[in-house]
Amino acid sequence: MIRNLFAAALLAAICAGLVTAAIQHFRVTPIILHAETFEGEGGHSHGEAAAVADHVDAPGTPAHSHDVVAAVEAEEWAPQDGFERTAYTTLATVLAAAGFALVIGAVSMFANIPVTFANGFLWGLAGFLTFSLAPAYGLAPELPGMPAADLVARQIWWVGTALATGCAILLLAKTRASWAFAVAALLVIAPHIIGAPVAPDEPSGVPAHLATEFAAITLGTSFVFWLLLGSLFGKFSDVFATRSAAIPNGAHA
Amino acid sequence: MNTTTTTSTGLQSLSISQRLIAGSLALLLGLTLLVGTGFAGDFRLHNGAHDTRHAMGFPCH
Repeated sequence: MIRNLFAAALLAAICAGLVTAAIQHFRVTPIILHAETFEGEGGHSHGEAAAVADHVDAPGTPAHSHDVVAAVEAEEWAPQDGFERTAYTTLATVLAAAGFALVIGAVSMFANIPVTFANGFLWGLAGFLTFSLAPAYGLAPELPGMPAADLVARQIWWVGTALATGCAILLLAKTRASWAFAVAALLVIAPHIIGAPVAPDEPSGVPAHLATEFAAITLGTSFVFWLLLGSLFGKFSDVFATRSAAIPNGAHA
Repeated sequence: MNTTTTTSTGLQSLSISQRLIAGSLALLLGLTLLVGTGFAGDFRLHNGAHDTRHAMGFPCH
């Protein structure tokens, strides 16, 4: 059974992660790359390192030392644009999907609510509300080059919001008592009353239309990702459970 | 006491301790993956997962 849980979670994560990575490649990453061309024009910048690393010789430039570039690259590795960057993004998306799937599996175990094909889309919807929509309500999906508050403060608020929202949904999944609705509402609203860290009021070189497009597309992509992950997790769980049932009890399974 | 084959395969067939062990293992591995891809400050992890962090709505930069 435990092996089934991990197998279903990981298989669902690979499938949902690959589909999501494909959507990201065609719809999300192009906007990130576009936004990076404006990076540093406003108040935000990656600093000198990025500026030096971006340095490209014009054709016909006499040979000269690239020691500075080499030193910076050795100091701050990043995947090359193109295939390497896409490969890393795909890998990271699949690994993040596996992380989310295992957390869903853990919650399923702790709460004693199985993930099935019948309820998989509800698990997916819960994951979307918990890990995408609720954090985005306070911290809108950001593009490189946009002003943002302190990273650690944002990460703490993100985790706290996801935790509170997830607990609220789980509570309502277990009981529909009237006190549970009140507690759930409080849990969902509290992070937004506390408020997300506010971005400094600095000018940004990133055009507004790019940022709004990015916010809509990332939330839409996350929605597809979560529905796929939940439904596939449930489907694979059902399949593995049926197969385990078919194996005689004495057999090594 | 020779029991016939057990066909119950759902979650309900697991004891509480089995569920806690499986859940803890899954949670530990899952959170490790999420911290690595979404939160870790190490520049290699950050740069490798950069586009995923932006795309999935993790705080980045």
